[in-house]
Amino acid sequence: MPKGAGQQREMRVRILAYADRLSARPGEAVEIKASCDGPVRYEAELVRIVQGDINPDGPGYREDAVDVDLGGPFEGRLQPIHTGSYGIVEDNEAFRDLSTFTAFAAIWPTMPGEGPQTIIARRDPHTGAGFELFLNDSGVLEFSVAASAAVASSVSTEVPLQAQRWYLVVATLSAPDGRMTVTQHRLPPHPLPAPVATMTREGWASAVPTDVAAPLTVAARPAADRPAERHFNGRLERPSLYASVLSLDGMIARLEVGSGSTGDDDLVAAWDFSIDISSHRMVDVSHRRLDGGLVNLPTRGVTGRHGNADAFCWRQTPERYAAIHFHDDDLYDAGWETDFALEIPNGLRSGLYAVRLHADDDEFYVPLAVLPPRDGPKAAAAFLLPTASYMAYANNRIALDVPETEIVIGRLLEHNKHNLFMQEHPELGLCFYDVHNDGSGVFYSSRLRPVVDMQPKIVGALGGTGSNLWQFNADTHILGWLEHCGERFDVITDEDLHREGLSLLENYRVVLTGSHPEYHSAAMLDALEAFVHRGGRFMYLGGNGFYWRISFHPTLPGVIECRKSEVGIRAFAPLPGEFFASFTGEYTGLWRRNGRPPNRLVGVGMVSQGFDVSAPYRRTQASRDARAAFIFEGVDDEIIGDFGLSGGGAAGLELDAVDHALGTPEHALVLASSERHTDVYLMTPEDILDPVPGLGGTEADIIRSDMVFFETPGGGAVFSTGSIAWAGSMAWNGYNNHVAAITANVLRRFIAPEPFSFPGATAE
Amino acid sequence: MSRYRISEADKVYAAEFKRNLDAGDWFHSPGLQRVLNAMRGGPSAGKYVLVVDEPFRRWSLGKTPGKRGDPIEIVPGHRFHSLKEAEWEVFKLRWRQHTGETLSL
Repeated sequence: MPKGAGQQREMRVRILAYADRLSARPGEAVEIKASCDGPVRYEAELVRIVQGDINPDGPGYREDAVDVDLGGPFEGRLQPIHTGSYGIVEDNEAFRDLSTFTAFAAIWPTMPGEGPQTIIARRDPHTGAGFELFLNDSGVLEFSVAASAAVASSVSTEVPLQAQRWYLVVATLSAPDGRMTVTQHRLPPHPLPAPVATMTREGWASAVPTDVAAPLTVAARPAADRPAERHFNGRLERPSLYASVLSLDGMIARLEVGSGSTGDDDLVAAWDFSIDISSHRMVDVSHRRLDGGLVNLPTRGVTGRHGNADAFCWRQTPERYAAIHFHDDDLYDAGWETDFALEIPNGLRSGLYAVRLHADDDEFYVPLAVLPPRDGPKAAAAFLLPTASYMAYANNRIALDVPETEIVIGRLLEHNKHNLFMQEHPELGLCFYDVHNDGSGVFYSSRLRPVVDMQPKIVGALGGTGSNLWQFNADTHILGWLEHCGERFDVITDEDLHREGLSLLENYRVVLTGSHPEYHSAAMLDALEAFVHRGGRFMYLGGNGFYWRISFHPTLPGVIECRKSEVGIRAFAPLPGEFFASFTGEYTGLWRRNGRPPNRLVGVGMVSQGFDVSAPYRRTQASRDARAAFIFEGVDDEIIGDFGLSGGGAAGLELDAVDHALGTPEHALVLASSERHTDVYLMTPEDILDPVPGLGGTEADIIRSDMVFFETPGGGAVFSTGSIAWAGSMAWNGYNNHVAAITANVLRRFIAPEPFSFPGATAE
Repeated sequence: MSRYRISEADKVYAAEFKRNLDAGDWFHSPGLQRVLNAMRGGPSAGKYVLVVDEPFRRWSLGKTPGKRGDPIEIVPGHRFHSLKEAEWEVFKLRWRQHTGETLSL
């Protein structure tokens, strides 16, 4: 279809899929959910992902077929994704025959005037019967009542609501005459008086609906062809329903009523969002207890109309967090039906696999880490697949929505088939690098949806010149190198680590990270620290690791929260008072600001980022220390990594350096450092206390990667590269290079059982 | 959004950019970096991007719509067989956008 003077490129992704889990052990089942937009049949096979880079200058794409019959061919069918959060309360006798009622809520709209948006409704989508209080296309409050689609009446306040201001919004209906009113009343705390503080309009319903069978919904209304429509964008507090017509003062008084004190005879239901904030329930405080559910994870633990400068944590003052922020682009679980289930065969070696779905030229990979049997033999080394970081970046729109991305990559953005598809399909959902349609930050990211950029063969945006890989596919440079080394290894995931803790790690001698393990929960960090302190050996083969604190939901699978409070490199800043995770009540933000800088675990911490070209390291005198001799065995070069597939060097993209004040161990050897980066590289905000000129890569000494080694008291050791680009250099020249050799030297010594001596320790 | 206004006086940086492209030098002078920041920043709507025709081999020129859900538009008449070629072509297009003049060195 032509558009303007130009044309559009026909590049559809016609198969999408996801699984109910990212990892499994032999004997466990994995459910595959697929959607086909075109293909009527598709095939599926299990493959082991060895190396996912399709760059002709790279080591060569490789996947190995696995002899497992998944069944099929399978019938292709379209399974849609419905974004948008809302609350729903199942139909109840208390709602029936309400011919006289008051429905109200406090709202803080963020996108008034951008499409109709329901505030509270009880409406049969098939007959149109029921009522709805909503913002209409003009952002004006409107109340409609209908006995059927053909017999409908409405009344509106005529004055559009202002964005990001609190209002009491009210609808009343009184039988038998059918008088209906709609009221908007500006609420504090905005300090300036509203131009129109209160406005009420009245009208007459031509017919009062009776005997309507429908749920009550908040922030959307049920639809005939999808679960819900007309999603509200903004914050909403204490939706309430009374079986009488209340005065404005009466409603304001009832807004103030706390939970548990609502012994009002006419009260049908009132939902208090300050209760059970970690859940996806909306709790009714009336004696009927008409609790509802929340769909697609609207944002909780956000300040309501009583939020103020004294409120910092929802756990301490929940009454100030009585609002929920709904978005029309929220998505938790695409909710697709299962196409087929795969049982992991006994005897299948641990590794990174994928279910490849394909039809003609279309294909989609659903990644799956196969763990070794829980009680079976383990390899000496485990690769910790950073699935939390994959979720944090899932379907990220950095290259599509962020205008400055071209500046930080230092060259034109390249959009491939998958980028074009994501641009046209925002229903694939958002992640921590995006903002919602209303500009508010995205706090939750789920894997229960197709994740286009978590596949092999995918080319990214931030991976530097060359192969330009990021996260999942960049990590296959490490997996391909492991395969090339011939060392046996297992694959485990972040989610397993969060769930199982140290017990997942304690049978391994070595744990290796991915190229950018940025997001960790407290349980994950606890387990890694315990592993290292008990003699485990840790190879941190990446950059900007252990940076953000995340929270897994305590009951909902496959979703994490990250609020990015205070400071850090981030796409948005949460509002004041909203720094605590709604899932767990944990303080969020940088691990550094949570008292656990990455330097304590791996000796280095994030100092800079830039995504054009990478640099080599220069060895230091410390690299000649006898303690490090094993690392450089067979490597005589002074300059390390002046080549690579991720920016042409081993030190690049995101850089970590030592900082003893942040916890780098005193005895850590800085083996090599990068020396010169372009001015696309800048210092991180958390290190800039007083902005002065000279913060770029050609001037600021802090902007460098430090390669570090240190021993731990339990006979263990840590090796850190402090660079995302390291993996891209390992894969250079078919893994035949000194970066790969150094990494292999470390791996082989770390696998060896002989304990490392802690410097200065006195032998007994 | 940059407040810097690219002018005739920046031709020296255009020449530097061409030299750096040819030499594969990514270290730009502060003056050239300022010009590039002005060209590469700004709103997403109408921004030039490359659309991959064949990975690592062939590209077309596109423009981003600035709105989620809308397609990326192909700009007819621009096909590239190297990223270097694409960078210089887009630099010249943007020079004209910013100055109203055709870049001649």
